[in-house]
Parts: sequence; structure tokens; C-alpha cells
Amino acid sequence: MAGQKTLTRADLGEAVYQEVGLSRNESADMVEAVLDEISGALAEGEGVKISSFGSFIIREKRERTGRNPKTGQEVPISPRRVLIFRASNILKNRLNGKKK
Amino acid sequence: MTKSELIRRLSDRYPELAQRRIFDRIVQAVFEEISRALEQGDRVELRGFGAFSVKQRDPRIGRNPRTGDAVAVASKRVPYFKTGKLLRERLNSKAAD
Repeated sequence: MAGQKTLTRADLGEAVYQEVGLSRNESADMVEAVLDEISGALAEGEGVKISSFGSFIIREKRERTGRNPKTGQEVPISPRRVLIFRASNILKNRLNGKKK
Repeated sequence: MTKSELIRRLSDRYPELAQRRIFDRIVQAVFEEISRALEQGDRVELRGFGAFSVKQRDPRIGRNPRTGDAVAVASKRVPYFKTGKLLRERLNSKAAD
């Protein structure tokens, strides 16, 4: 995509700084705290739902047999938790230029 | 955990700031900024947490699952999240213990 930018924590910190009356340092700390609280909940196996944005859902995957694509050798893939993000309809619509 | 629960946990974490209801605005600002970036087709990369990006889906012929009728589905942009390495490890650290 032409002219695509990549935002980072610094940009989110700046957005918080512009929005609330905290220092730049404190604003950066707040962004970190938000991400940390979300990560912490997910690490406990708790889903996170941010209305009008989307949901982070934990899926429990059972053990299955995979293959090393280089050698073709079969290897067991241990059971694991994976994270899935489901965007809200509001966010999906925003990406497609719809009002609601 | 919902958005309001997230706001409550942040308030508990920083009681010195909580009384100004500042966390409503902080959480709002963070997700609004991410949404705005995605709307513009930009990426949001949060090391250790994950990256949000936009994927383009081509137009296709879909089917009404009830009637089987073919319907044209326009191309669209969909948000995508890839979990960061550190978060992926945190999700599974409990299971490994």
C-alpha cells in the first residue's frame, strides 16, 4: 500500500499526551500499563473485550502432528494457547468507509 | 475482561490518578489511535504485544448458505492482529510449568 506508515508505542504515547494532562513520560507509562493489563489478563487465560474495537480471544489447541517443512519429518506439536483477535463490526466498517 | 474492567484495574494500579477518571480517556485515546491508523491503512506495531495491520480481501462470489444463491461480495479491508513473540510466550508459560 502506498505511503503506508507504521505506528509504534511512541505514537500511542503522543495520542495519550495530547488527550490528557500528563507529561510525555507519564503518557508513555500509561500506554505500557494498558498493554500490560491486557497481556496479564490474556496470560491468565482471560479473554479481553474492548467494545467498539474488538475482542482478544484465547483458543486452546490440542496436541497434533506437524511436519518439519524442510526435512518432511513428523514432529508432535504440543498443546498450546493461541490468541485470536476478532475486530468489532464498528472497526470493520470504519476500515471500509462505512459510518456505523 | 471488558473495557470498563480494564479501566477499573488501571485505576487500582494508579490510585493517585484514578479520581480524575483519567483512565476512560487514556484507554479511549489508545484504541482510537490504533483504529484511526488502521482506517488509513497504516500498521501499528507494538513490540512484545503484537502488530495490527490491514489486509485486502479480493471481491468474490459468495453464497447465501440458506438458499445457495450466488451473491457478489465486494472487495474489502479487514483488520488483522499478529500476536507478538513475548505475549505468545506469556500465554503458554503457565502450561509449561
